[in-house]
Amino acid sequence: MQIYLPIAEMSVNIVLILGMGGMVGMLSGLFGVGGGFLMTPLLIFIGVPPAVAVGTEANQIVASSVSGVLAHWRRGNVDLRMGLVLTVGGFVGSGLGVALFSLLRQLGQIELVISLSYVVFLGVIGGLMFYESVSVIVRQRRAPAGRSSSARGPGRHTWIHGLPFKMRFRKSKLYISALLPLGVGFVVGILAAIMGVGGGFVMVPAMIYLLGMPTQVVIGTSLFQIIFVTANTTFLQATVNQTVDVVLALLLLIGGVIGAQIGARLGAQLKGEQLRVLLALIVLGVCLKLAFDLVVTPTEPFSFGGAVE
Amino acid sequence: MMRLRTLLIAVTVALSSSASAQTVPLVADLSNHLVAITTGFTGTDVLLFGATDGPGDVVIVVKGPAEDVTVRRKERFGPIWANNDEVKLRDVPAFYRVASNRDPEEFTSERIRQRYQIGLDNLRLTFGDPQLEADTRGEYRDAVIRLNESRDHYSREVKRVSLLANRLFRTQLHFPANVPTGTYFVEIYLFRNGDVASAEIVPLSISKIGVGAEIYDFAHNLAPLYGLLAIALAVLAGWGAEAAFRRT
Repeated sequence: MQIYLPIAEMSVNIVLILGMGGMVGMLSGLFGVGGGFLMTPLLIFIGVPPAVAVGTEANQIVASSVSGVLAHWRRGNVDLRMGLVLTVGGFVGSGLGVALFSLLRQLGQIELVISLSYVVFLGVIGGLMFYESVSVIVRQRRAPAGRSSSARGPGRHTWIHGLPFKMRFRKSKLYISALLPLGVGFVVGILAAIMGVGGGFVMVPAMIYLLGMPTQVVIGTSLFQIIFVTANTTFLQATVNQTVDVVLALLLLIGGVIGAQIGARLGAQLKGEQLRVLLALIVLGVCLKLAFDLVVTPTEPFSFGGAVE
Repeated sequence: MMRLRTLLIAVTVALSSSASAQTVPLVADLSNHLVAITTGFTGTDVLLFGATDGPGDVVIVVKGPAEDVTVRRKERFGPIWANNDEVKLRDVPAFYRVASNRDPEEFTSERIRQRYQIGLDNLRLTFGDPQLEADTRGEYRDAVIRLNESRDHYSREVKRVSLLANRLFRTQLHFPANVPTGTYFVEIYLFRNGDVASAEIVPLSISKIGVGAEIYDFAHNLAPLYGLLAIALAVLAGWGAEAAFRRT
Protein backbone atom coordinates (compact mmCIF):
# COMPACT_ATOMS: atom_id res chain seq x y z
CA MET A 1 0.00 0.00 0.00
CA GLN A 2 1.43 3.34 -1.07
CA ILE A 3 1.11 6.68 0.68
CA TYR A 4 2.17 10.07 -0.64
CA LEU A 5 4.46 12.02 1.69
CA PRO A 6 3.54 15.69 1.26
CA ILE A 7 6.86 17.27 2.25
CA ALA A 8 9.25 14.62 0.92
CA GLU A 9 7.09 14.71 -2.26
CA MET A 10 7.32 11.01 -2.92
CA SER A 11 5.19 7.90 -2.69
CA VAL A 12 6.33 5.27 -0.22
CA ASN A 13 5.11 1.88 0.88
CA ILE A 14 3.36 2.20 4.25
CA VAL A 15 4.41 -1.30 5.29
CA LEU A 16 8.06 -0.50 4.55
CA ILE A 17 7.99 2.67 6.68
CA LEU A 18 6.10 0.98 9.52
CA GLY A 19 8.56 -1.89 9.32
CA MET A 20 11.55 0.45 9.47
CA GLY A 21 10.03 2.29 12.44
CA GLY A 22 9.39 -1.07 14.06
CA MET A 23 12.93 -2.38 13.46
CA VAL A 24 14.64 0.75 14.76
CA GLY A 25 12.12 0.97 17.61
CA MET A 26 12.96 -2.62 18.51
CA LEU A 27 16.66 -1.83 18.53
CA SER A 28 16.11 1.21 20.73
CA GLY A 29 14.01 -0.85 23.13
CA LEU A 30 16.67 -3.55 23.06
CA PHE A 31 19.72 -1.35 23.49
CA GLY A 32 18.31 1.76 25.12
CA VAL A 33 19.45 4.09 22.33
CA GLY A 34 17.37 6.65 20.46
CA GLY A 35 17.86 5.08 17.07
CA GLY A 36 18.02 8.36 15.17
CA PHE A 37 21.54 7.53 14.01
CA LEU A 38 20.15 4.41 12.29
CA MET A 39 16.85 5.83 11.08
CA THR A 40 18.21 8.91 9.30
CA PRO A 41 20.63 6.93 7.07
CA LEU A 42 17.90 4.32 6.45
CA LEU A 43 15.50 7.02 5.28
CA ILE A 44 18.17 8.39 2.97
CA PHE A 45 18.80 4.86 1.59
CA ILE A 46 15.14 4.50 0.56
CA GLY A 47 15.24 7.82 -1.31
CA VAL A 48 13.91 10.39 1.16
CA PRO A 49 15.80 13.66 0.50
CA PRO A 50 18.52 13.96 3.20
CA ALA A 51 17.20 17.33 4.36
CA VAL A 52 13.71 15.89 4.91
CA ALA A 53 15.13 12.79 6.61
CA VAL A 54 17.03 14.94 9.11
CA GLY A 55 14.14 17.33 9.85
CA THR A 56 11.57 14.56 10.20
CA GLU A 57 13.76 12.35 12.33
CA ALA A 58 14.23 15.21 14.82
CA ASN A 59 10.46 15.35 15.12
CA GLN A 60 10.21 11.62 15.75
CA ILE A 61 12.90 11.73 18.43
CA VAL A 62 10.85 14.31 20.35
CA ALA A 63 8.16 11.67 20.73
CA SER A 64 10.43 8.78 21.65
CA SER A 65 12.32 10.90 24.21
CA VAL A 66 9.09 12.08 25.84
CA SER A 67 7.95 8.51 26.41
CA GLY A 68 11.43 7.55 27.62
CA VAL A 69 11.88 10.44 30.03
CA LEU A 70 8.51 9.92 31.72
CA ALA A 71 9.55 6.47 32.88
CA HIS A 72 12.89 7.77 34.19
CA TRP A 73 11.25 10.76 35.84
CA ARG A 74 9.01 8.48 37.88
CA ARG A 75 12.04 6.64 39.16
CA GLY A 76 13.71 9.93 40.05
CA ASN A 77 16.52 9.49 37.56
CA VAL A 78 16.47 12.97 36.04
CA ASP A 79 18.84 15.68 37.24
CA LEU A 80 16.67 18.67 36.40
CA ARG A 81 19.33 21.29 37.06
CA MET A 82 21.92 19.51 34.93
CA GLY A 83 19.28 18.92 32.26
CA LEU A 84 18.41 22.59 32.09
CA VAL A 85 22.04 23.71 31.79
CA LEU A 86 22.60 21.13 29.04
CA THR A 87 19.43 22.36 27.33
CA VAL A 88 20.65 25.97 27.28
CA GLY A 89 23.84 24.84 25.54
CA GLY A 90 21.78 22.59 23.29
CA PHE A 91 19.46 25.41 22.21
CA VAL A 92 22.36 27.60 21.12
CA GLY A 93 24.03 24.64 19.41
CA SER A 94 20.96 23.48 17.53
CA GLY A 95 20.18 27.05 16.44
CA LEU A 96 23.68 27.32 14.99
CA GLY A 97 23.34 23.82 13.54
CA VAL A 98 20.16 24.64 11.61
CA ALA A 99 21.73 27.86 10.25
CA LEU A 100 24.78 25.85 9.20
CA PHE A 101 22.50 23.23 7.65
CA SER A 102 20.75 25.90 5.60
CA LEU A 103 24.05 27.36 4.42
CA LEU A 104 25.50 23.97 3.50
CA ARG A 105 22.31 23.14 1.63
CA GLN A 106 22.73 26.23 -0.51
CA LEU A 107 26.35 25.37 -1.15
CA GLY A 108 25.32 21.86 -2.21
CA GLN A 109 27.46 20.23 0.46
CA ILE A 110 24.82 19.13 2.97
CA GLU A 111 24.76 15.49 1.80
CA LEU A 112 28.53 15.32 2.09
CA VAL A 113 28.57 16.82 5.59
CA ILE A 114 25.76 14.54 6.80
CA SER A 115 27.53 11.47 5.41
CA LEU A 116 30.94 12.48 6.76
CA SER A 117 29.56 13.21 10.23
CA TYR A 118 27.89 9.82 10.24
CA VAL A 119 31.00 7.99 9.10
CA VAL A 120 33.14 9.66 11.77
CA PHE A 121 30.71 9.29 14.68
CA LEU A 122 29.38 5.85 13.84
CA GLY A 123 32.93 4.63 13.22
CA VAL A 124 34.29 5.92 16.51
CA ILE A 125 31.32 4.88 18.65
CA GLY A 126 30.78 1.53 16.93
CA GLY A 127 34.49 0.76 17.22
CA LEU A 128 34.69 1.69 20.91
CA MET A 129 31.51 -0.20 21.73
CA PHE A 130 32.74 -3.28 19.89
CA TYR A 131 36.13 -3.19 21.60
CA GLU A 132 34.65 -2.63 25.04
CA SER A 133 31.97 -5.33 24.87
CA VAL A 134 34.27 -7.91 23.30
CA SER A 135 36.88 -7.34 25.99
CA VAL A 136 34.18 -7.71 28.67
CA ILE A 137 33.12 -11.03 27.14
CA VAL A 138 36.74 -12.20 26.97
CA ARG A 139 37.31 -11.19 30.59
CA GLN A 140 34.18 -13.05 31.70
CA ARG A 141 35.35 -16.19 29.90
CA ARG A 142 38.67 -16.02 31.76
CA ALA A 143 37.25 -15.33 35.21
CA PRO A 144 33.61 -16.33 35.22
CA ALA A 145 33.06 -15.80 38.96
CA GLY A 146 34.52 -12.35 39.54
CA ARG A 147 32.26 -9.46 38.66
CA SER A 148 34.23 -6.31 39.27
CA SER A 149 32.78 -2.86 38.98
CA SER A 150 35.48 -0.28 38.51
CA ALA A 151 34.53 2.72 40.61
CA ARG A 152 35.18 6.05 38.95
CA GLY A 153 35.99 8.14 41.96
CA PRO A 154 36.00 11.91 41.98
CA GLY A 155 39.57 11.74 43.19
CA ARG A 156 41.31 12.78 39.96
CA HIS A 157 41.87 16.49 39.68
CA THR A 158 42.40 17.82 36.16
CA TRP A 159 42.21 21.16 34.32
CA ILE A 160 38.46 20.55 34.08
CA HIS A 161 38.09 21.28 37.78
CA GLY A 162 39.87 24.60 37.43
CA LEU A 163 37.21 26.15 35.20
CA PRO A 164 35.17 29.10 36.54
CA PHE A 165 31.36 29.44 37.13
CA LYS A 166 31.09 26.44 39.42
CA MET A 167 27.64 25.06 40.05
CA ARG A 168 26.33 22.41 42.43
CA PHE A 169 24.33 19.56 40.86
CA ARG A 170 22.90 17.75 43.85
CA LYS A 171 21.34 14.80 42.12
CA SER A 172 24.50 14.09 40.16
CA LYS A 173 26.59 14.68 43.31
CA LEU A 174 28.80 17.09 41.36
CA TYR A 175 30.32 20.49 41.92
CA ILE A 176 31.67 21.52 38.54
CA SER A 177 31.89 24.49 36.20
CA ALA A 178 28.63 25.23 34.34
CA LEU A 179 30.76 25.74 31.22
CA LEU A 180 31.25 21.99 30.93
CA PRO A 181 27.60 20.92 30.54
CA LEU A 182 26.99 24.06 28.48
CA GLY A 183 29.77 23.04 26.10
CA VAL A 184 28.60 19.42 25.89
CA GLY A 185 25.04 20.57 25.21
CA PHE A 186 26.27 23.01 22.57
CA VAL A 187 28.28 20.42 20.62
CA VAL A 188 25.50 17.82 20.79
CA GLY A 189 22.98 20.47 19.69
CA ILE A 190 24.96 21.14 16.51
CA LEU A 191 25.15 17.40 15.80
CA ALA A 192 21.44 16.97 16.44
CA ALA A 193 20.57 19.64 13.90
CA ILE A 194 22.94 18.48 11.18
CA MET A 195 22.64 14.73 11.60
CA GLY A 196 18.97 14.43 12.56
CA VAL A 197 19.75 12.58 15.76
CA GLY A 198 19.00 13.14 19.42
CA GLY A 199 22.68 12.88 20.16
CA GLY A 200 22.25 10.41 23.01
CA PHE A 201 25.09 8.30 21.65
CA VAL A 202 27.48 11.22 22.10
CA MET A 203 25.78 12.71 25.14
CA VAL A 204 25.80 9.60 27.32
CA PRO A 205 29.55 8.90 27.05
CA ALA A 206 30.29 12.61 27.48
CA MET A 207 28.19 12.77 30.66
CA ILE A 208 29.83 9.69 32.14
CA TYR A 209 33.44 10.26 31.20
CA LEU A 210 33.69 14.04 30.84
CA LEU A 211 31.26 15.32 33.47
CA GLY A 212 31.60 12.29 35.75
CA MET A 213 27.87 11.89 36.34
CA PRO A 214 26.56 8.76 38.09
CA THR A 215 25.30 6.24 35.53
CA GLN A 216 21.75 5.92 36.85
CA VAL A 217 20.84 9.57 36.20
CA VAL A 218 22.65 9.78 32.85
CA ILE A 219 19.99 8.24 30.57
CA GLY A 220 17.05 10.13 32.08
CA THR A 221 18.88 13.47 32.09
CA SER A 222 20.15 12.98 28.54
CA LEU A 223 16.63 12.12 27.35
CA PHE A 224 15.28 15.16 29.18
CA GLN A 225 17.55 17.55 27.33
CA ILE A 226 17.13 15.68 24.02
CA ILE A 227 13.40 16.51 24.09
CA PHE A 228 14.13 20.23 24.12
CA VAL A 229 17.00 20.16 21.68
CA THR A 230 15.12 18.04 19.11
CA ALA A 231 11.96 20.12 19.62
CA ASN A 232 14.04 23.21 18.91
CA THR A 233 15.58 21.51 15.87
CA THR A 234 12.14 20.46 14.62
CA PHE A 235 10.84 24.01 14.99
CA LEU A 236 13.84 25.59 13.28
CA GLN A 237 13.99 23.00 10.47
CA ALA A 238 10.27 23.52 9.86
CA THR A 239 10.64 27.29 9.83
CA VAL A 240 13.93 27.76 8.00
CA ASN A 241 14.07 24.77 5.66
CA GLN A 242 10.48 23.41 5.56
CA THR A 243 11.79 19.87 5.81
CA VAL A 244 9.60 18.30 8.52
CA ASP A 245 7.21 15.72 7.09
CA VAL A 246 4.56 15.02 9.75
CA VAL A 247 3.03 12.15 7.78
CA LEU A 248 6.38 10.38 7.64
CA ALA A 249 7.08 11.18 11.30
CA LEU A 250 3.72 9.78 12.34
CA LEU A 251 4.24 6.54 10.41
CA LEU A 252 7.72 6.09 11.90
CA LEU A 253 6.28 6.78 15.35
CA ILE A 254 3.61 4.12 15.12
CA GLY A 255 6.15 1.54 13.99
CA GLY A 256 8.61 2.75 16.62
CA VAL A 257 6.21 2.48 19.55
CA ILE A 258 5.29 -1.11 18.70
CA GLY A 259 8.91 -2.02 17.98
CA ALA A 260 10.14 -0.57 21.27
CA GLN A 261 7.66 -2.76 23.19
CA ILE A 262 8.91 -5.90 21.47
CA GLY A 263 12.53 -4.80 21.89
CA ALA A 264 12.23 -4.13 25.61
CA ARG A 265 10.74 -7.59 26.18
CA LEU A 266 13.35 -9.28 24.00
CA GLY A 267 16.13 -7.36 25.74
CA ALA A 268 15.18 -8.80 29.12
CA GLN A 269 15.99 -12.28 27.85
CA LEU A 270 19.38 -11.53 26.29
CA LYS A 271 22.81 -10.85 27.75
CA GLY A 272 24.03 -7.25 27.86
CA GLU A 273 27.47 -7.74 26.35
CA GLN A 274 26.22 -9.86 23.49
CA LEU A 275 23.58 -7.23 22.78
CA ARG A 276 26.21 -4.54 22.67
CA VAL A 277 28.41 -6.54 20.28
CA LEU A 278 25.38 -6.88 18.03
CA LEU A 279 24.60 -3.16 18.20
CA ALA A 280 28.26 -2.34 17.55
CA LEU A 281 28.18 -4.52 14.44
CA ILE A 282 25.03 -2.79 13.16
CA VAL A 283 26.55 0.64 13.80
CA LEU A 284 29.79 -0.35 12.04
CA GLY A 285 27.80 -1.80 9.14
CA VAL A 286 25.94 1.48 8.58
CA CYS A 287 29.23 3.36 8.89
CA LEU A 288 30.95 1.16 6.30
CA LYS A 289 28.07 1.50 3.83
CA LEU A 290 28.18 5.29 4.10
CA ALA A 291 31.98 5.37 3.84
CA PHE A 292 31.87 3.10 0.80
CA ASP A 293 29.38 5.44 -0.93
CA LEU A 294 31.67 8.40 -0.30
CA VAL A 295 34.78 6.71 -1.65
CA VAL A 296 33.55 4.66 -4.58
CA THR A 297 33.45 6.34 -8.00
CA PRO A 298 29.83 7.45 -8.46
CA THR A 299 27.97 6.01 -11.45
CA GLU A 300 26.31 9.41 -11.85
CA PRO A 301 28.57 12.31 -10.90
CA PHE A 302 25.85 14.88 -11.61
CA SER A 303 22.93 15.71 -9.36
CA PHE A 304 20.22 18.31 -9.08
CA GLY A 305 20.79 20.98 -6.46
CA GLY A 306 18.55 20.90 -3.43
CA ALA A 307 17.75 24.57 -3.02
CA VAL A 308 15.44 25.50 -5.87
CA GLU A 309 13.48 28.47 -4.61
CA MET B 1 -15.02 22.77 -8.13
CA MET B 2 -16.21 26.09 -9.56
CA ARG B 3 -13.10 26.32 -11.65
CA LEU B 4 -13.62 22.85 -13.01
CA ARG B 5 -17.18 23.62 -14.00
CA THR B 6 -16.27 26.83 -15.83
CA LEU B 7 -13.47 24.92 -17.53
CA LEU B 8 -15.90 22.25 -18.65
CA ILE B 9 -18.28 24.86 -20.00
CA ALA B 10 -15.43 26.57 -21.83
CA VAL B 11 -14.33 23.25 -23.33
CA THR B 12 -17.86 22.37 -24.41
CA VAL B 13 -18.25 25.80 -26.02
CA ALA B 14 -14.90 25.43 -27.74
CA LEU B 15 -15.78 21.97 -29.05
CA SER B 16 -19.24 22.93 -30.29
CA SER B 17 -17.95 26.08 -31.95
CA SER B 18 -15.17 24.16 -33.66
CA ALA B 19 -17.65 21.56 -34.83
CA SER B 20 -19.80 24.23 -36.43
CA ALA B 21 -16.82 25.83 -38.15
CA GLN B 22 -15.88 23.23 -40.75
CA THR B 23 -12.50 24.78 -41.62
CA VAL B 24 -10.63 23.96 -38.39
CA PRO B 25 -8.06 21.31 -39.38
CA LEU B 26 -7.30 20.04 -35.85
CA VAL B 27 -9.25 19.72 -32.62
CA ALA B 28 -8.04 17.95 -29.52
CA ASP B 29 -8.91 17.67 -25.88
CA LEU B 30 -8.05 15.76 -22.72
CA SER B 31 -10.33 13.46 -20.78
CA ASN B 32 -9.30 15.35 -17.69
CA HIS B 33 -7.84 18.84 -17.29
CA LEU B 34 -7.00 18.45 -13.67
CA VAL B 35 -4.84 15.69 -12.24
CA ALA B 36 -5.25 15.58 -8.47
CA ILE B 37 -2.41 14.21 -6.41
CA THR B 38 -4.12 12.77 -3.37
CA THR B 39 -2.61 10.86 -0.44
CA GLY B 40 -3.01 7.56 -2.28
CA PHE B 41 -1.69 8.83 -5.65
CA THR B 42 0.31 6.23 -7.56
CA GLY B 43 0.31 7.80 -11.02
CA THR B 44 -2.47 8.26 -13.53
CA ASP B 45 -3.43 8.11 -17.20
CA VAL B 46 -5.07 10.97 -19.08
CA LEU B 47 -6.72 10.28 -22.42
CA LEU B 48 -5.91 12.70 -25.19
CA PHE B 49 -8.28 12.56 -28.15
CA GLY B 50 -9.05 14.66 -31.20
CA ALA B 51 -9.89 14.85 -34.86
CA THR B 52 -8.18 16.12 -38.02
CA ASP B 53 -9.78 17.25 -41.27
CA GLY B 54 -7.96 14.66 -43.31
CA PRO B 55 -4.79 12.54 -43.58
CA GLY B 56 -1.62 13.62 -41.81
CA ASP B 57 0.69 12.68 -38.96
CA VAL B 58 -0.03 13.64 -35.38
CA VAL B 59 2.74 14.48 -32.93
CA ILE B 60 2.05 15.24 -29.27
CA VAL B 61 4.57 16.92 -26.98
CA VAL B 62 3.84 17.11 -23.25
CA LYS B 63 5.83 19.73 -21.35
CA GLY B 64 5.76 20.22 -17.58
CA PRO B 65 6.11 23.59 -15.86
CA ALA B 66 9.36 25.44 -16.60
CA GLU B 67 11.67 25.74 -13.61
CA ASP B 68 15.16 26.94 -12.84
CA VAL B 69 17.47 24.13 -11.83
CA THR B 70 20.94 23.84 -10.37
CA VAL B 71 23.08 20.90 -11.43
CA ARG B 72 26.18 19.91 -9.53
CA ARG B 73 29.06 17.69 -10.50
CA LYS B 74 30.97 15.48 -8.07
CA GLU B 75 34.71 15.43 -8.21
CA ARG B 76 37.38 13.58 -6.35
CA PHE B 77 38.95 15.29 -3.32
CA GLY B 78 41.56 12.91 -1.93
CA PRO B 79 39.73 9.71 -1.15
CA ILE B 80 36.17 11.06 -1.24
CA TRP B 81 33.80 12.35 -3.91
CA ALA B 82 32.14 15.71 -3.29
CA ASN B 83 30.12 18.23 -5.26
CA ASN B 84 32.34 20.77 -6.93
CA ASP B 85 31.13 22.75 -9.97
CA GLU B 86 27.58 23.93 -10.24
CA VAL B 87 25.68 25.20 -13.26
CA LYS B 88 22.29 26.91 -13.35
CA LEU B 89 19.78 26.37 -16.11
CA ARG B 90 16.69 28.45 -16.75
CA ASP B 91 13.18 27.35 -17.75
CA VAL B 92 13.86 23.64 -17.87
CA PRO B 93 10.59 21.73 -18.37
CA ALA B 94 9.97 19.59 -15.29
CA PHE B 95 8.37 16.89 -17.43
CA TYR B 96 8.67 15.83 -21.07
CA ARG B 97 7.00 13.20 -23.23
CA VAL B 98 6.50 12.70 -26.96
CA ALA B 99 3.82 10.66 -28.71
CA SER B 100 3.19 10.12 -32.42
CA ASN B 101 1.44 7.76 -34.80
CA ARG B 102 4.86 6.87 -36.29
CA ASP B 103 8.49 7.80 -35.72
CA PRO B 104 8.69 11.59 -36.32
CA GLU B 105 12.06 11.07 -38.06
CA GLU B 106 10.16 9.39 -40.91
CA PHE B 107 8.19 12.49 -41.84
CA THR B 108 10.04 15.54 -40.46
CA SER B 109 13.41 17.14 -41.01
CA GLU B 110 15.83 17.73 -38.16
CA ARG B 111 15.33 21.49 -38.47
CA ILE B 112 11.59 21.12 -37.95
CA ARG B 113 12.07 18.79 -35.02
CA GLN B 114 14.42 21.30 -33.45
CA ARG B 115 12.02 24.17 -33.98
CA TYR B 116 9.14 22.35 -32.29
CA GLN B 117 11.38 20.59 -29.75
CA ILE B 118 10.26 17.13 -30.80
CA GLY B 119 12.42 14.48 -29.12
CA LEU B 120 14.71 14.82 -26.11
CA ASP B 121 17.72 15.63 -28.29
CA ASN B 122 15.89 18.70 -29.57
CA LEU B 123 14.86 20.03 -26.19
CA ARG B 124 16.08 23.62 -25.81
CA LEU B 125 17.84 24.28 -22.52
CA THR B 126 18.96 27.79 -21.52
CA PHE B 127 22.05 28.17 -19.39
CA GLY B 128 22.17 30.85 -16.70
CA ASP B 129 25.74 31.70 -17.66
CA PRO B 130 25.88 32.56 -21.38
CA GLN B 131 29.70 32.41 -21.40
CA LEU B 132 29.80 28.73 -20.55
CA GLU B 133 32.00 26.64 -22.86
CA ALA B 134 30.27 24.45 -25.43
CA ASP B 135 31.83 21.24 -24.06
CA THR B 136 30.65 21.98 -20.53
CA ARG B 137 27.21 22.90 -21.83
CA GLY B 138 26.97 19.57 -23.62
CA GLU B 139 27.96 17.64 -20.49
CA TYR B 140 25.46 19.45 -18.29
CA ARG B 141 22.75 19.22 -20.93
CA ASP B 142 23.23 15.45 -21.12
CA ALA B 143 23.23 15.30 -17.32
CA VAL B 144 19.92 17.19 -16.99
CA ILE B 145 18.28 14.84 -19.50
CA ARG B 146 19.82 11.71 -17.96
CA LEU B 147 18.83 12.70 -14.40
CA ASN B 148 15.29 13.45 -15.48
CA GLU B 149 15.09 10.21 -17.42
CA SER B 150 16.27 8.23 -14.40
CA ARG B 151 13.43 9.57 -12.26
CA ASP B 152 10.92 9.08 -15.08
CA HIS B 153 10.26 12.78 -15.61
CA TYR B 154 11.62 12.61 -19.17
CA SER B 155 11.26 9.77 -21.60
CA ARG B 156 13.06 9.12 -24.86
CA GLU B 157 10.41 6.68 -26.00
CA VAL B 158 7.88 7.89 -28.59
CA LYS B 159 4.49 6.79 -27.28
CA ARG B 160 1.92 5.49 -29.72
CA VAL B 161 -0.90 7.64 -31.04
CA SER B 162 -3.67 5.56 -32.65
CA LEU B 163 -5.16 7.02 -35.82
CA LEU B 164 -8.61 5.98 -36.93
CA ALA B 165 -9.70 6.41 -40.53
CA ASN B 166 -7.11 9.21 -40.88
CA ARG B 167 -9.44 11.50 -38.93
CA LEU B 168 -9.69 10.51 -35.30
CA PHE B 169 -6.72 10.07 -33.02
CA ARG B 170 -6.20 9.12 -29.40
CA THR B 171 -3.43 8.30 -26.95
CA GLN B 172 -2.99 7.65 -23.24
CA LEU B 173 -0.67 10.09 -21.50
CA HIS B 174 0.85 8.48 -18.43
CA PHE B 175 1.94 10.49 -15.39
CA PRO B 176 4.02 8.58 -12.80
CA ALA B 177 3.62 8.78 -9.01
CA ASN B 178 6.42 11.33 -8.63
CA VAL B 179 5.07 13.69 -11.31
CA PRO B 180 6.00 17.34 -10.65
CA THR B 181 3.08 19.65 -9.89
CA GLY B 182 2.15 22.74 -11.89
CA THR B 183 0.63 23.76 -15.20
CA TYR B 184 1.45 21.47 -18.11
CA PHE B 185 1.06 22.21 -21.79
CA VAL B 186 0.12 19.47 -24.18
CA GLU B 187 1.09 20.54 -27.71
CA ILE B 188 -0.62 18.75 -30.60
CA TYR B 189 0.87 19.10 -34.08
CA LEU B 190 -0.65 17.98 -37.37
CA PHE B 191 2.08 17.31 -39.94
CA ARG B 192 1.57 17.36 -43.70
CA ASN B 193 4.33 17.31 -46.32
CA GLY B 194 7.00 17.50 -43.66
CA ASP B 195 5.75 20.68 -42.03
CA VAL B 196 3.23 21.70 -39.39
CA ALA B 197 -0.19 22.18 -40.97
CA SER B 198 -1.98 22.95 -37.74
CA ALA B 199 -1.26 23.06 -34.03
CA GLU B 200 -3.10 23.29 -30.79
CA ILE B 201 -2.10 23.64 -27.16
CA VAL B 202 -4.19 22.20 -24.33
CA PRO B 203 -3.31 23.09 -20.73
CA LEU B 204 -3.34 20.51 -17.99
CA SER B 205 -3.10 21.25 -14.30
CA ILE B 206 -1.43 18.79 -11.96
CA SER B 207 -1.81 19.74 -8.34
CA LYS B 208 -1.90 18.31 -4.87
CA ILE B 209 -5.39 17.93 -3.49
CA GLY B 210 -6.71 16.98 -0.08
CA VAL B 211 -4.80 16.34 3.12
CA GLY B 212 -1.39 16.18 1.44
CA ALA B 213 -1.90 19.55 -0.24
CA GLU B 214 -3.19 21.10 2.98
CA ILE B 215 -0.13 19.86 4.86
CA TYR B 216 2.26 21.11 2.19
CA ASP B 217 0.65 24.57 2.06
CA PHE B 218 0.53 24.73 5.83
CA ALA B 219 4.22 23.77 6.12
CA HIS B 220 5.23 26.46 3.64
CA ASN B 221 2.85 29.31 4.47
CA LEU B 222 2.62 29.00 8.23
CA ALA B 223 5.98 27.37 8.89
CA PRO B 224 6.40 28.39 12.57
CA LEU B 225 2.90 27.18 13.49
CA TYR B 226 3.48 23.97 11.55
CA GLY B 227 6.69 23.39 13.50
CA LEU B 228 4.91 23.94 16.83
CA LEU B 229 2.10 21.58 15.86
CA ALA B 230 4.59 18.93 14.75
CA ILE B 231 6.23 19.16 18.19
CA ALA B 232 2.86 19.06 19.99
CA LEU B 233 1.89 15.99 17.98
CA ALA B 234 5.16 14.27 18.88
CA VAL B 235 4.84 15.10 22.60
CA LEU B 236 1.28 13.77 22.64
CA ALA B 237 2.27 10.61 20.79
CA GLY B 238 5.22 10.02 23.13
CA TRP B 239 3.08 10.57 26.21
CA GLY B 240 0.37 8.29 24.84
CA ALA B 241 2.88 5.57 24.09
CA GLU B 242 4.31 5.77 27.60
CA ALA B 243 0.85 5.58 29.12
CA ALA B 244 0.14 2.48 27.07
CA PHE B 245 3.48 0.97 28.15
CA ARG B 246 2.71 1.52 31.81
CA ARG B 247 -0.58 -0.30 31.64
CA THR B 248 0.76 -3.44 30.02
